[in-house]
Amino acid sequence: MMKNLKWRAILFAVINLVAVVYLLPTFVKMPSWWEDYLPSEKISLGLDLQGGMHLILGVETEKAVENTVERYSSDLEELLFNEKIPFDHVKKIGKDRLELQIVDPAAKDKAGRVLDEKFSVMKKIKVQDTSDGVIYILGLDKREIDHIKKSAVEQALETIRNRIDQFGVAEPTIQLQGEDRILIQLPGIKDPKRALDLIGKTALLEFKIVDDENSLDDALKGKVPPDDEVLYQREVNRETGEVKKVPYLLKRKTLLTGDRLVDAQVRIDSQFNEPYVAISFDDRGAKMFEKITEKYVNKRLAIVLDNNVYSAPVIKEKIAGGHAQITGRFSPEEARDLAIVLRAGSLPAPVIILEKRTVGPSLGQDSIQQGIRAMLIGSAAVILFMIVYYKWSGMVANFALVLNIVLLLAALAGFRATLTVPGLAGIVLTIGMAVDANVLIYERIREEMRSGKTLKACIDTGYSRAFLTIMDSNLTTIIAAIFLFQFGTGPVKGFAITLTIGLIANMFTAVAVTRVIFDYFVIERRIKTLSI
Amino acid sequence: MEIIKPHTKIDFVGKIKYALILSWVLILIGIASAVVKGGYTYGIDFRGGILFQMKFLKPVSAPEVRQALKEMGVAAGAVQNFGSESENEYLINIEKTVEDLEQFSEKVREHFIAKFGKDSFEMRRTEIVGPKVGKDLRQRALMAVALSCIGMLVYMWFRFEFRFGLGAVLGLVHDVLITLGALSITNTPIDLPVVAALLTIVGYSVNDTIIVCDRIRENMPKMTREKLGNIINISVNQTLSRTILTVGTVFMATLALYLFGGGVIHDFAFCMLVGTITGTYSSIYVACPVVIFWEKLFAPKRKGRR
Repeated sequence: MMKNLKWRAILFAVINLVAVVYLLPTFVKMPSWWEDYLPSEKISLGLDLQGGMHLILGVETEKAVENTVERYSSDLEELLFNEKIPFDHVKKIGKDRLELQIVDPAAKDKAGRVLDEKFSVMKKIKVQDTSDGVIYILGLDKREIDHIKKSAVEQALETIRNRIDQFGVAEPTIQLQGEDRILIQLPGIKDPKRALDLIGKTALLEFKIVDDENSLDDALKGKVPPDDEVLYQREVNRETGEVKKVPYLLKRKTLLTGDRLVDAQVRIDSQFNEPYVAISFDDRGAKMFEKITEKYVNKRLAIVLDNNVYSAPVIKEKIAGGHAQITGRFSPEEARDLAIVLRAGSLPAPVIILEKRTVGPSLGQDSIQQGIRAMLIGSAAVILFMIVYYKWSGMVANFALVLNIVLLLAALAGFRATLTVPGLAGIVLTIGMAVDANVLIYERIREEMRSGKTLKACIDTGYSRAFLTIMDSNLTTIIAAIFLFQFGTGPVKGFAITLTIGLIANMFTAVAVTRVIFDYFVIERRIKTLSI
Repeated sequence: MEIIKPHTKIDFVGKIKYALILSWVLILIGIASAVVKGGYTYGIDFRGGILFQMKFLKPVSAPEVRQALKEMGVAAGAVQNFGSESENEYLINIEKTVEDLEQFSEKVREHFIAKFGKDSFEMRRTEIVGPKVGKDLRQRALMAVALSCIGMLVYMWFRFEFRFGLGAVLGLVHDVLITLGALSITNTPIDLPVVAALLTIVGYSVNDTIIVCDRIRENMPKMTREKLGNIINISVNQTLSRTILTVGTVFMATLALYLFGGGVIHDFAFCMLVGTITGTYSSIYVACPVVIFWEKLFAPKRKGRR
């Protein structure tokens, strides 16, 4: 029995020592030898404690499907052109279908074959012979749609990760949530609006030709030529903050997109001392750019980002080499952010903000202070109460309570769990619930003592009878906490975690550790009466 | 020290009738309050919208803030003091679901800059929750509460008997209803931390029930001649002091949280305070009557089996 007791005491001492080792780096700056050999994780604070931005973005996957079908549409036109199959039109109907009408009914067999062999991404849903030729309705099957959606979300995630990396945020969290949501947490960010602009921008860069043949005025009155569109250039007056919108009439067809970019850098214009973004294309992009500039010499080439015209310079001569520049009266930050989004690439589909929470650092500081104050006052009240009510045994329970908190904090550091404002509440609640176990044991011991048993027998029965009750009551709370964890978002999850760890540690400190202390005094020191 | 002397004999079971009346009155008051007010008040998490917490660095009164918001077309009820009045800190709740929330929040910020000056306030917290997320969270919260109740039932059924499980679950439904009523009466908005508190109450309410049920189960084979009502009475009396003490310590800690934990956690703590008290009450006056009622309903069968 005595040997057993000694081993238990040693085991518990080791566990507590390990806990202290895990906990120290959070509170004290550790020397370098410590960081080399021993755990140096600190308790990480949630956004609500250290400030920062929490974002949930929804990827509009339907839009990605539409974009893909649009791309297939021009692929199909090109294919039919190359195969010399005369057609009346290819157009998108609904969100994910194409309608193709070929003119010559005699070409039906050939068209069918070409569609099957070279355009198998879309399936024929309906073939209809009419007096004007043959109409095909082509569609995507469900698996293909799911695939497009899934890869759109993955690509969006990757692109956003790239952008944030280049923007430079310490320890960001970027992860997929559900099917089409992206969770982003940027701790300690100073300019949330700028970060949001950077992350949320679709950044679809397109080059289009300005239509000088048709009248812009007519188009603004609503008579837009069928192959044209009206887009605007936003000009912000830096002094007054006024926004002026300049309309442009553009050919709808996109000649080149940002997909062909390999680099984008901020440069400073030596003449006006204004920043601009220098871009360079890959080989194929450079050739395309050369062709475009050759074909449209003396016309204006509009540089369009997310349907905003940035500039529309006149092409003076053929440009070889694949370099171009985007000007637009940028501030240095704007130019830098633009270069980042261009380098990281465009999002495959627009994203919308579903949830955004930003907490300033000062509020987090206040929350920490208030949380710690509540913790100290709460523990003081509980500790005092235990001493008054149970005297010496109360002190033992209090010792266990302190150990409980140490273990809880150490586990938070060790598991790299995040401490949040509700998490602090969870710690305070743990303080209240921790001594429950001791109350159950002590009340049982008191009850046994009234029946006149020996002290050792009373303690034995007290512990064994109370243990199941303690386990039951802690387990029910943990079950509720697990449901909470499943449901909750960041801060609330923090609460579920601290409460669960706190109660598990409680089974150890309040039951096992106090038992060793009681056993030591009863067996080793042979006390005959207990102050309880 | 002892609060409850040993051999205390309070006739709990005899007062079940009054307790039932009290419970129903409390629950009905809570429901009536919610009905009169047209449903519970939901926080931003569940209804969607915009929440600002801004601290002015110069004295700005609540009416001034309200006026500024009115100019933006926001209802006056949206402004609340955060902390004491002298701190010039306000919570602003904007219930807008149609417009682009992000854009609108930016407009409000710009309007405040124009009105009060650029560095006159600090935006301490901005929360924007889209209507889709709000609806989603609401469903998940309900689901979590329902599932954890079922979880309690199953656990109690497994560890004790079905009738104890039923008693415990009805007890915690009782607690949740009364707490919701208290939230409605005090106009406390239901948000994520409050739901966290409700779930904790669900878990904690069962604690006291376990203490009592455990003793009832322990006493039953010892007191085969006693009527169930008497066994319950004896058991409740025997465990009374530990019931009061365990709740007492949790209550103390929660009270510290309520008084000193700060505004962010205030509603959570309030909810827990109400829940711990009704949790204790319900383990005696909801769970036990259910067990007795069950016995009355199925007693003949049980005898037959013996």
